[in-house]
Amino acid sequence: MVASVTSLGRSGVYDWLVQRVSAIVLAVYFVFLLGFFAFSSEITYEIWKGLFSQGWMKIFSLMALAALGAHAWVGMWTVSTDYLKNGVTRFIFQAVCGGTMFVYFVWGVQILWGL
Amino acid sequence: MAILFFEHFQLTCPSRASVECERAVNKKRPVNLDLTQFRFPLPAITSIIHRVSGVILFVAVAFLMWALQGSLESPESFAQVKESMSGFFAKLITWGIVSALLYHLVAGCKHLLMDIGIGETLEGGVLGAKVTLAVSVVLILFAGVAVW
Repeated sequence: MVASVTSLGRSGVYDWLVQRVSAIVLAVYFVFLLGFFAFSSEITYEIWKGLFSQGWMKIFSLMALAALGAHAWVGMWTVSTDYLKNGVTRFIFQAVCGGTMFVYFVWGVQILWGL
Repeated sequence: MAILFFEHFQLTCPSRASVECERAVNKKRPVNLDLTQFRFPLPAITSIIHRVSGVILFVAVAFLMWALQGSLESPESFAQVKESMSGFFAKLITWGIVSALLYHLVAGCKHLLMDIGIGETLEGGVLGAKVTLAVSVVLILFAGVAVW
């Protein structure tokens, strides 16, 4: 088995599965949100905050955010290994991507925590 | 040692076959580098848009998080986010992000269908690409109406 130290699960098959499972979580989350936008006539602050104050919505949102981190890592990793042939450049690019995803996750926890 | 000797032998005493080969390579052959002659097949185009939309979304999440934070903090900041998203340029960006999301979603669903063995043939791949483009164009137009 060929293993790459920078791929998420050290194995292509594992990354492949992570990509699919996280894709399904993200798809369900965004179809739900798009549906919420499409079927509510006028979204007020009370309705919007009411939605995100629900316990299940916090869990759902954090699950989507965690899925986003994994999904984007596999995606950006694939892009970087395809186009960035210089090892140092690629490592820096991947480090910036990983750092950004970490910030996104912590930021999301912070937004939802206080509600 | 044997290899070195063999190479030396080849260099100094070229066989008839290698002379023939060299002649063929050096012949003036037409080189087709006219880029307008190259054409991406449709599945390749839908695949590269899937990739580009993914990278766009990765950056766009920063804007979405900013909007989410503002919209949930207080009624005032909610109104502020709503206000700043009402300009033409802001609506264009919103539409762009939603379009990237819709395309990435539709193309991703096609990927999952192909993973379970649907549309894996050459014809199926082209048809899948056409359906992906058609469905996402319709959804993107709907999104444009919804944003404005």
